[in-house]
Amino acid sequence: MSGFLPSAIVYILAAIVCVPIAKRLGMGSVLGYLLAGIAIGPYLVGFIQEGQDIMHYTEFGVVMMLFLIGLELEPENLWKMKNLILNAGLTQVLVTSALIIGLGIAFGFTWQISITIGFSMALSSTAIVLQSLKEKNVMGSPVGKLSFGVLLMQDIAVIPILAILPLLAVANETVNTSGEGHGFIEQFPAWVQTLSLFGAVGLVILLGRYGFGPLLNYVSKTHLRELFTASALLIVVGITFLMEFVGLSPALGTFLGGVILANSPYKHALESDLDPFKGLLLGMFFMAVGATINFGLIFSNASIIISATIGVIILKSLVLLIIGKIKKLEIGNNLKFAIGLSQIGEFSFVTYAFASQLGIIDLSISDTLMAITALSMTITPILMVILDKVIFPKMSTNQGPKKEMDTIETRSKVILVGFSHFGSTLGRFLRANGVEATVLDYNPDRVDFLRKMGFKVYYGDATRLDLLHSAGAEEATLLISAIKNPETNLKLIEICKENFPKLEIMLRAKNRVDAYELMEAGMENIYREHLDTSIRMGEDALKKLGFRAHTIHRLAASFKKYDEEALKVLVQYKNNQKEYISKIKLQIESQETLLSGELSRKFSMNDHAWDSEAMKNPEN
Amino acid sequence: MRKVLVIFAHPKYEHSEVNQALIRSIEGLEGVTIRDLYELYPDFNIDVQSEQELLFEHEIILFQHPFYWYSCPPLLKQWMDLVLEFGWAYGPGGIYLKGKYLLSSITSGGSSEAYQPDGKNRFTLEELLRPFEQTAYLCKMEYLPYFHIGGTHRIKDDELNQKSLDFQKLVFHLRDAEKIVSESLPHLEQNLS
Ligand SMILES: Cc1cc2nc3c(=O)[nH]c(=O)nc-3n(C[C@H](O)[C@H](O)[C@H](O)COP(=O)(O)O)c2cc1C
Repeated sequence: MSGFLPSAIVYILAAIVCVPIAKRLGMGSVLGYLLAGIAIGPYLVGFIQEGQDIMHYTEFGVVMMLFLIGLELEPENLWKMKNLILNAGLTQVLVTSALIIGLGIAFGFTWQISITIGFSMALSSTAIVLQSLKEKNVMGSPVGKLSFGVLLMQDIAVIPILAILPLLAVANETVNTSGEGHGFIEQFPAWVQTLSLFGAVGLVILLGRYGFGPLLNYVSKTHLRELFTASALLIVVGITFLMEFVGLSPALGTFLGGVILANSPYKHALESDLDPFKGLLLGMFFMAVGATINFGLIFSNASIIISATIGVIILKSLVLLIIGKIKKLEIGNNLKFAIGLSQIGEFSFVTYAFASQLGIIDLSISDTLMAITALSMTITPILMVILDKVIFPKMSTNQGPKKEMDTIETRSKVILVGFSHFGSTLGRFLRANGVEATVLDYNPDRVDFLRKMGFKVYYGDATRLDLLHSAGAEEATLLISAIKNPETNLKLIEICKENFPKLEIMLRAKNRVDAYELMEAGMENIYREHLDTSIRMGEDALKKLGFRAHTIHRLAASFKKYDEEALKVLVQYKNNQKEYISKIKLQIESQETLLSGELSRKFSMNDHAWDSEAMKNPEN
Repeated sequence: MRKVLVIFAHPKYEHSEVNQALIRSIEGLEGVTIRDLYELYPDFNIDVQSEQELLFEHEIILFQHPFYWYSCPPLLKQWMDLVLEFGWAYGPGGIYLKGKYLLSSITSGGSSEAYQPDGKNRFTLEELLRPFEQTAYLCKMEYLPYFHIGGTHRIKDDELNQKSLDFQKLVFHLRDAEKIVSESLPHLEQNLS
């Protein structure tokens, strides 16, 4: 199969066939993609031969995923995780690699090879683990947090590991480094390298703080969606490039960029624009992993490869189990944590390739190792399914995962769309009552301005489904639209009705005419913006004319009620001018009689009823 | 001179006859503050702080209201609920009303005869006003005998005038008398009649 279109078709078809089946069987999309990859790979159907290449390109999906994860993790929260990352993460990396290195040497490999293998195998697959955690919606649970902490440390560990490999080659005396290994920066002396590492990280932080915001503000003013998407891509690609240039892990760099942008008003817009790219790339990536599994090699070396894979999985799990135990995970969660992270990560594909370039390991060993990695990546999701479906139901008593977990980002239950004077007054009132709404606004300058005043406002077009998704419309109870434009409101209604049927909608309407339209769209909670103010003004005017405050207060409330009720009747006649006018007249008349009746009703009319019969006035 | 605070509640004062006459007879008097609750708080949103400050400044507290369902109109009840705070009016530290005087001035459709054991309303006003009496007790105030105008449906103009003057006299007495003695207040004879 050659040519872009046919391979695209094959990939997509395979995904469409396999992923839904996998999901239906409760296996999660990762396993689905892996199986799809195996199916179209060279050893089954044989459509795809170039798995390695595709994997290399689509690894960008992992980078993007980390950017998106960063977006959801505000710096303070990351800071809170520092102990987790250092203790659990570092222990995992060091202990696991030490054990594997020891075993390698015990099995008679040179120490250089053992070190390469040890470090490579110690790392887990960020892509698989995070994707599964997100899919199960447990990123914020204790398991999710611990897994994430360990993965983050592993990503940091990539830096020294890549730095160590060339030294091993030197020690191996088959100096073969041409500089194309990773960073271009390689050719410079160590101090320049170190300096540029810090420089690059600093640059990402600086850009994140001061550069990306103005860029996105500028672009969003054009209201061209594709330009915004392009800018989002530019940010991720740019950071990746910079990181590769200085030899840092791009995933780590974009993660950092994401964290810095987590407080930005463009957070939700970025999320919703990048998410499809991430999804597609990751899917491709997993399929590529599936396609690279060299079954020929596995079958010819079955006993070695399978036992090595199982051995590594068991070893990694044991180390993780101990860490989980120390971190006080109860047994069910601990198993999820340990087995979830027990595969060998995609990073090992890079190290093996790099190491064989450096001449540390030869091609046959590297092929075998890659087969082990791919196999472990396929086995652990299967183990997770077994754990979930077979083992947990049996030990259901001591599992208890239902206890409330604190999430990384607590989403508010209210989405407030439009933060003009109307919306901001509303928002302030809600906030004063402890309800922090997720606020969306489409005017980048206003967003910036309100942010300066301390409001958590996000830039974005609320009539975009993806944006509503990332603003949490699925979990929200209430969507309040403080937009006055009826077209926008109608669009919003349509989207919400179709996608979030449980979400209750409250709408601002400019006047009667707009209110009618919203009513016809089936809405109930409609707030005409002038109604309360004009009545309140009338209330005060009457007080100044000598009416009693409490009486007028009650009458005003009744007036408003009658008016709202009348609206429901009048909407049926709104297209028939004559009928409409006569109906309105009728409504006004009855409204006035009702109110004036109330106004003149004398309270002490029946006072005799409280008196003794004898005392009652004979005239009554 | 004692300062008199009239806490007045009538939901439809514009149609009142008796209460209007009473309020008019004491309006603008030196040392007498009238709080027209339904005018001040038409939405029942009572400003507790300023009410407490006023209470603190006055020595005589007079609840003025028509008798509705054997009690006061709801806004006065709301006022009591909110203003007479624990730790301020009663309970530990609730000493700010201590030693003050409280009395009720009520108007009712039923006349005194109807408020007898054998009358239509079966209980005496004294009995029916127990919640107010006990409120005073809990707040360490002295509860004085009530002022009452009954039979509001058949009251004649000159009778009302006379009653208003009696009421005014009572307020003056509360304000100016050397010593307040429960048993020798000027309105007591009428209550008995
Ligand atoms: C809602 C309501 C409840 C009343 N309940 C009583 C009552 O329980 N006992 C009574 O004697 N009179 C009762 N009355 C009569 C009032 O006490 C009477 O209308 C009032 O004192 C007249 O004073 P005004 O002219 O200032 O309004 C009631 C009147 C109303 C409107």
